[in-house]
This record gives sequence, structure tokens and C-alpha cells, in this order.
Amino acid sequence: MSFITGVGLTSFGRHEGSSTLDLMSRAAELAIADAGLKRSEIDGVLCGYSTVQPHIMLATVFAEHFGITPSYAHAVQVGGATGLAMTMLAHIIVGAGIARHVLVVGGENRLTGQSRDAAILALAQVGHPAYEMPLGPTIPAYYGLVASRYMHEYGVSEQDLAEFAVLMRDHAADHPGAQFRDRITVADVMASKPVALPLKLLDCCPVSDGGAAFVISREPTSEAAVRIRGCAQAHTHQYVTTIPGFDRMGAAISLQRAGEHSGIAIGDVRYAGIYDSFTITLAMLLEELGLAGRGEAAAQVRSGHFSRNGAVPLNTHGGLLSYGHCGVGGAMAHLVETQLQMTGRAGGRQVKDASIALLHGDGGVLSSHVSMFLERDG
Amino acid sequence: MSGAQGIDDWTTGEQAIVYQSCAACGAAQYFRRSFCAACGAPNPATHRASGAGVVFATSLVVRAATPEARAHVPYNIVLVDAAEGFRMMAHGERDLKIGDRVSADFRRFTDRLIPYFTRTKP
Repeated sequence: MSFITGVGLTSFGRHEGSSTLDLMSRAAELAIADAGLKRSEIDGVLCGYSTVQPHIMLATVFAEHFGITPSYAHAVQVGGATGLAMTMLAHIIVGAGIARHVLVVGGENRLTGQSRDAAILALAQVGHPAYEMPLGPTIPAYYGLVASRYMHEYGVSEQDLAEFAVLMRDHAADHPGAQFRDRITVADVMASKPVALPLKLLDCCPVSDGGAAFVISREPTSEAAVRIRGCAQAHTHQYVTTIPGFDRMGAAISLQRAGEHSGIAIGDVRYAGIYDSFTITLAMLLEELGLAGRGEAAAQVRSGHFSRNGAVPLNTHGGLLSYGHCGVGGAMAHLVETQLQMTGRAGGRQVKDASIALLHGDGGVLSSHVSMFLERDG
Repeated sequence: MSGAQGIDDWTTGEQAIVYQSCAACGAAQYFRRSFCAACGAPNPATHRASGAGVVFATSLVVRAATPEARAHVPYNIVLVDAAEGFRMMAHGERDLKIGDRVSADFRRFTDRLIPYFTRTKP
């Protein structure tokens, strides 16, 4: 049994002069205060990685910087799935009685701490060093390959993909912390600069500075706690060259396992926080997870199904596509927003019913998956 | 990896595509290693591939990450299902479509020769 008892999120975008540790610290302070705890009560720390500040023991570096001496601490690396993988581990750690309050924290000055080329190159390293990297691929190219095939198999168009960028921007327009808040249209997405076709600039998440954190506790520390009902992972491949068939990928496998742990079915879900590094990522995951039929997710977006007032509101902070993507903290923002929605604290973005939520993260090229069901306690 | 069982490929400077096949389970694999990734059996046999295949996926890269690659944009990255049963990444003609039958030759990209697929003449 575990609860998300506190959440913290900085704005994403440019944080000129802020280091990885600064952004992690800021988010951690917010999360600990939100949980109503003192720093000294944090007895576990899990953190991700920083491409700007690589270190062999970042959790200890952070704990020292932050001024805490936890009884359990280390870093976790699962690419974009890191935030949810850390949350799953924190759930296990507090459930096993190893710690009472685990701080999960990610942050990085990925935008201002390095050149755009360096950021793109660092991420492209998820490709195979001998058989892929010499061909000059980028992360958008890996997902561009996936997109071309998925669109071919399921009759998805570039206009369909553009709908997801428009929806995320609509949601971000109502969040003051989002990196991009000016509304866009399908035509804007179609006219944006080609990056790795069929993906264009507005199909891709930005590079951001930012930080996010949560506290996972054995017991609620206030009214505003959310219960982790069940989580699971699946790891099917690393490289896009070795991706298995698109009819059943890792997301469906981890979802099924999380469903078995939690007793929650996809039809019970009232709110969704789904990884959206690219429009194609979001389309594929929604369909793979069964939140939409194959090839039908875009039509569901058009019908308002995933809007704030729809049946299953999705990424109401704007997602990676518009709130921004600062690395590990990027997908953690999905969980922060979900926790706020589930506890009725999302202000002007508040949805009607977020009693049961599904979070899903993906790392690599749809390589590593973490699915997690959350439930409002009480 | 270089010269496993004496056969070099494009990753080691030879104009060749090489794969491995497992005598125990029959699986073909493109990323060379000393065992079969499908069943774990040791010493898969190494073969030179024909270069024939079918396009599985394509992405035209317009924004490259390095100055060396930028000199080549736009370039079409493709995944090809080789006739011998493995999948590989390469470059290809700009207008290749999924399902096209293709065959490989080698072209210079940055500082090396890489496999480049063109549509097979009918």
C-alpha cells in the first residue's frame, strides 16, 4: 500500500542560470511542503539522470546538496519511463517497510545547459552504436520510422497526428507553467518545419528546463492523497530495428499486468496521463492501451473525448508536447497534474471526475513501458 | 564484433551486409554477438546477405544532429526486411514506399560507406 502524498512542479521552459540540482531542489521543496512534511522526514530518495550533469551517483549528490541523509537512495534510468519506474519502485519500497516517505525527483536544465545539437545527439544515443548511429538518426527519426509504419498499418494520416498537438496546446493554454501556450491549429502543425517526416516540428515535444517531484508515503499525510493501486512494466526491445509487431507492443503487456495487480480495468479509467514525446507516441499508446480503437484515437480527440470536459480527460497540463520535456521530470509532470486533478486541486483546469486514473510512460523507442493505476482515497 | 568468424561488414569498412543464423532454432539476427538472442545457443553462423529486401518503414531526416550529417540532409532512413529474415536500418532513395522491393549498394555518408537501398527493377 502506498500513497502519493505530495507533488511539486516548476514551470517548464527557460530557467537561465539554474542547474540540474537547482531545478531538482525547487521541485523537491514544493513536493515536501505539499505533503506537509519536513525535509528530515524524507528517508528515501529516488532520482533520475541528467544529460547535462551525468554522474555515477546522482541521488547521493542530490541528497548532499539538498541537506538530507536518507536511509535509501539511488538513481534510476529508464529513459522517458524513468518517472513512473521510480514511482513504482517507491511504491514497493514503502510497501516493504524500507522507508516511510520516499522523495522521487527529476529535473534538468536541458534547454539552457547545452546546445540544441548536444541535446539531440545525447538522446539519439538510445540507438545502436554500430548498426544505427553511423546512419545519422535522431530521436524524431526513430519515431518517424515508427510513425510511417503505424500510419500505413492502421490508416492514420498526418492530419490525424496533428490533432494531438492541437489538443495538448489547448490544454497547456490553461496552465501558467507550460512552455507553449498559444493555441495552434491542424494547419499550423501541417505547415510547421519538417524534422523527420512524417513528423514535423509541432509533432515533436520541445526541449525544456524544469523539475518535478513527488513524495510516496506508506500512509496519507493529509486529505490530498492518492492511492497507488497497481503498477507493472514491460521491456520488449531497445532499438527501433528490433521493435516487435505493432499489433501488440509493450504498452498492452504492462497494462495487462498492472490490471492484474490492481483489479482495475481500462473501462474504469476516468483520467489519463499518457506519455506524448511525439504525436505518434500518444496516438499509438492510446490505441495500444485500449483507450481508443486502432486508428480511431484522432477521431476521439476531434469528438472531445480526451478534452477537459470529455469522458477521459488526457494530459490536462499540456503534456510533453506543450507543457514541455525536461528529461526525467517531463513525464513526471503528467503524474503531478493527475494527482492535482484527483484531489480536486487543479483550479481552472479541474475535471469533473478523476477518481480512477491511468498513467503510462514509455522509454527508448516504445522500448520500456510502465503502467500505473491510481485511485482517489476515500 | 569486428570480423566475427572472419567476415567483415559495412560497420567495419567492408561493402557487405552480414547477418547470423542459429542452427538450433533457425532465428536470423542482424546485430552480431556470440550467441543467438532468440534461444541462447552459442556460435550462430555468420553469412553475407544478398542485399535484397522489402521496405518496412521510412523517415526522411531534414533536421540532423551533427554538422557532418547536416551536409547530407535530407536523407531517407529506412528499415528493410531482408530476404534472409532479419531487419536492418539503412538509407534509401527519397521516394521509397513501404512494401517496395529493394536492393542494397553502398554510398558515402559522413566518413564511411553505408548500405543504401534502391527500388529493384521489375
